[in-house]
Amino acid sequence: MTDFLDRLLGKNRKSANQAKERLALVLIHDRTNMTSSALEALKDELIEVISRHIDIDPTAVNIEMNQDGRQQRLIADIPIRGPKRRGR
Amino acid sequence: MAAKVVTITSGKGGVGKTTVTANLGTALASLNQKVVCIDADIGLRNLDVVMGLENRIVYDIVDVIEGRCRLRQAMIRDKRLPDLYLIPAAQKRDKTAVTPSDMIRVCNELRSEYDWIVVDSPAGIERGFRNAIAPADLVYVITNPEVSAVRDADRIIGLVEAEEKGPARLVINRLNYEMVRRGDMLSTEDIVELLAIEVIGIVPEDDRVVVSTNRGVPISLDEKSLAGEAFRNIARRTLGETVPFIELDNQGGFFSRLGRLLRSGGGE
Ligand SMILES: Nc1ncnc2c1ncn2[C@@H]1O[C@H](COP(=O)(O)OP(=O)(O)O)[C@@H](O)[C@H]1O
Ligand SMILES: [Mg+2]
Repeated sequence: MTDFLDRLLGKNRKSANQAKERLALVLIHDRTNMTSSALEALKDELIEVISRHIDIDPTAVNIEMNQDGRQQRLIADIPIRGPKRRGR
Repeated sequence: MAAKVVTITSGKGGVGKTTVTANLGTALASLNQKVVCIDADIGLRNLDVVMGLENRIVYDIVDVIEGRCRLRQAMIRDKRLPDLYLIPAAQKRDKTAVTPSDMIRVCNELRSEYDWIVVDSPAGIERGFRNAIAPADLVYVITNPEVSAVRDADRIIGLVEAEEKGPARLVINRLNYEMVRRGDMLSTEDIVELLAIEVIGIVPEDDRVVVSTNRGVPISLDEKSLAGEAFRNIARRTLGETVPFIELDNQGGFFSRLGRLLRSGGGE
């Protein structure tokens, strides 16, 4: 019963998993010296610059910081709009 | 003979640097290595009490550096083993009494006659840390399986790299296998994935570490202790041996499960 309640309240998530997820984010910020809001600003500017050259769908853009060994990597997945939509 | 210098350091304090230094030094000496342990935590001398040598101190490392005694005079021999020595830290001085080049000079003077010099570093990223890693050939970063200690370890690992002393190796100290099994403690795999670093040792949380420290007898001298075995394994890996990590995960799990089984069979 308490198990059920715990699950209902989301308490059942293992605390070690929470620790790991939180640490992963903290380490990105520590290593890059970049806050989440700075990362958001970077994304917006990137989208703006790229849109000037190619037609992209800003809502489908995915830019994230990834860990590769002890290095951080900025990964951008930017779908380019097909020629069909271009004319409109 | 040309000694290698292993510096034991951490970001966060209290994670077990002094305990690892005393036990690694002792375990290496038990493997017939000639070892000098240096307490580089100036002003917070501790390695002497953990090794049980506090009553025999006459001179310390600052006396050596400032020329009040010869290096030999500051070296306290641990009588339990043939070739284990301690150079204590000064207690009434601060970190500015020692410079990185002083540390390099002291270690170089020892290199020709010993196999290993194990340096106990103060916590943090300041002068004391720089002093301790200046002479290092190998750097072991100590952490606990806990959010703030892992975060600070990441910082130190980065600094060790920046000082061109990397790659550092990791000792995970005070691992509680029962908590890991319950999902309430970061596992070795979690920590390795986050820090992307080679692990040189995993030491279980063990009450007997405190008991052995009370007595001033490093636990690596206790043949039956698991923490002692973990420390001895670090020494063997330091000597280049491939030693599998103790599968406490299974052992602890199995015995506690067996325990519960027996208890529930007998009592309920
Ligand atoms: N594996 C362990 N199990 C239980 N207690 C430990 C373990 N390792 C260290 N300790 C205890 O933790 C405390 C801090 O250890 P210490 O080696 O002094 O840390 P540091 O030198 O990093 O400040 C001491 O009381 C020590 O006995
Ligand atoms: Mg200490």
